[in-house]
Amino acid sequence: MPAKTLFDKIWDAHVVKSIAHGPDVLYIDRHLIHEVTSPQAFAGLEKRGIPVFRPRQIVATADHNVPTLHQELPIRDRLSRTQVATLVENCDKFGVELWGLGHPKQGIVHIIGPELGITQPGMTIVCGDSHTATHGAFGTIAFGIGTSEVEMVMATQCLMQAKPKSMRINVEGELGAGVTAKDLILYVISQVTVSGGTGYFVEYAGSAFRGLSMEGRMTVCNMSIELGARGGMIAPDQTTFEYLEGREFAPQGQNWTQAVEAWSQLVTDEGATFDKEFHFDAADIEPMVTFGTTPGMGMGVTARTPGIKVGEASAKTLAKSLEYMALAPEQSLLGLPINYVFVGSCTNGRIEDLRAFCEVVDGRQKADHVNAYIVPGSQAVLRQAEAEGLDRVLAKAGFELRQPGCSACLAMNDDKIPPGEYCVSTSNRNFEGRQGPGARTILASPAMAAAAAVTGRVTDVRELMV
Amino acid sequence: MKKLQIVHSPAVPINIQDIDTDQIIPARFLKATDRVGFGDNLFRDWRYDGQGRAVENFALNDPDYSGEILVAGRNFGCGSSREHAAWAIYDYGFKAVVSSFFADIFKGNALNNGLVPVQVSEGFLQEIFAAIAANPSTELRIDLREKSITLPLTGTAEHFELSDYKQECLINGYDDIDYLLNVRGEIEAFESQRASSFVA
Ligand code: SF4
Repeated sequence: MPAKTLFDKIWDAHVVKSIAHGPDVLYIDRHLIHEVTSPQAFAGLEKRGIPVFRPRQIVATADHNVPTLHQELPIRDRLSRTQVATLVENCDKFGVELWGLGHPKQGIVHIIGPELGITQPGMTIVCGDSHTATHGAFGTIAFGIGTSEVEMVMATQCLMQAKPKSMRINVEGELGAGVTAKDLILYVISQVTVSGGTGYFVEYAGSAFRGLSMEGRMTVCNMSIELGARGGMIAPDQTTFEYLEGREFAPQGQNWTQAVEAWSQLVTDEGATFDKEFHFDAADIEPMVTFGTTPGMGMGVTARTPGIKVGEASAKTLAKSLEYMALAPEQSLLGLPINYVFVGSCTNGRIEDLRAFCEVVDGRQKADHVNAYIVPGSQAVLRQAEAEGLDRVLAKAGFELRQPGCSACLAMNDDKIPPGEYCVSTSNRNFEGRQGPGARTILASPAMAAAAAVTGRVTDVRELMV
Repeated sequence: MKKLQIVHSPAVPINIQDIDTDQIIPARFLKATDRVGFGDNLFRDWRYDGQGRAVENFALNDPDYSGEILVAGRNFGCGSSREHAAWAIYDYGFKAVVSSFFADIFKGNALNNGLVPVQVSEGFLQEIFAAIAANPSTELRIDLREKSITLPLTGTAEHFELSDYKQECLINGYDDIDYLLNVRGEIEAFESQRASSFVA
């Protein structure tokens, strides 16, 4: 048998048929849906007069539009309320399981799939959301799709997809003190660029990724889309199996043993080749911050913003970015006063992220002028945080733990950053206006967000780690 | 989907790289439950200032520019998977977007809505921008049967990539979903044959 990559093994096992000079018909195991990108798909089915083909392979939740305070009250914004209500109606009509607002399993769609054991190695998983790549942390082919494709999967449990090219990103070595999974992926994006992965599916390999917890691996895979890649994956191993064992929807008993045996085969064979490969050294990575308006505009916190090279095609884009951010070329961000901090999102809204934030703020005080949104990714994360007493650590330091949702990640609900304000954010996108019109986003890890929250400035978290 | 063979018109230039879907249609406008009307908010925050006044030097507000073709810098449509971005561009009246590089999900979404992503070389893209800068009514001609794009003014042409399958879909107005519904029998056969396997 020829040597195969992890990606090829899973892809090939899901091809229903191949079309000559065209795409493959790819079978989808799990389909996650939310309120924003599903209504038009349900409407499409209705117009065609067809049912959902495999309702039991779909799970729905409400996350993008939901408020993160007083979730027991009706949503104030009329359009948001309608969108969430439409999801409830559609799920009811089409027989789809919904973990909506107020449900104990509700949360950001990419947080709840893994924590409930719905996400399992070897699967194909899609969702009308580009951060579906998160699930790749388990050795799954997971990617975001548009609404027309949501409708296709609802109607047939399949998609028409051309097989992407393959890329492997190897990072060897150990991450330094204060350097986290978030810094690792921000570094990779700054090197590979925001379009470097376009057309590819990525496998992350090497000891730096192996050494990460499942939470850390999810943070890495989550941002694969920020490389332009459709998705990214990490081969399942003991860390994966330990995380999954006993979760509600994971296989149990005899099935579990068989599953682990099968999942253990999900590795890239020795000798398999990739269309493109990168090698980096973990020792080169510092805590990272972004300075511009794409996730690729990132740098070590002690570095300076780049100079503008007149005449280059990218000069205009870089100048526009720096102007939007009110930063100069060759400027250090250290000491830059900030008024907002956001901890949460499908990138860093898991329990480990809250722990990392709490570790830094424990025994310190929030800077007076800082407004902080601390938002768990799901009801389960919220319950766990309370069980561990993190809510009390936060309260003592002057922070409030909110209720689960996408929150200030995308300015679609009540949580927004005002125009012109800097926000050190653990989310995944620093695009213009992403956190609110005119908002200036600096992407960083939860630990770096904590350092900013207690000092009121962009601060190297390593200085607080003595 | 509407049938499409040729797009021949002047173009609207936005010479910025890495234009993400949050710029094309900001998240706060994603609250609709149908597919129409998104064109009004296309490039909302570049087109209008905080007070809702039109930003004069932005291409969509510039009366010099018009047409069914949008020309944009490298890596167009990166970021969020929102199909609303393709809907907004199409709803505004564009039938094709020309760039030297497209983000994957945007490209797929565009094709599923009869909006043609035309990927040209960086050199040709710069030539197009220069020609439009010299004369805003410069026309472009995109021919789906030949998979070609021409700058009739100079006669420069380039071939662009499009799978034969997608070419047929666009020219005939077919959707992927029509195809998939037709092979449901094969999908069911696939399901029953793999029902017991863990490595899905
Ligand atoms: S947290 Fe942000 S990136 Fe993640 S699903 Fe929600 S809006 Fe999208």
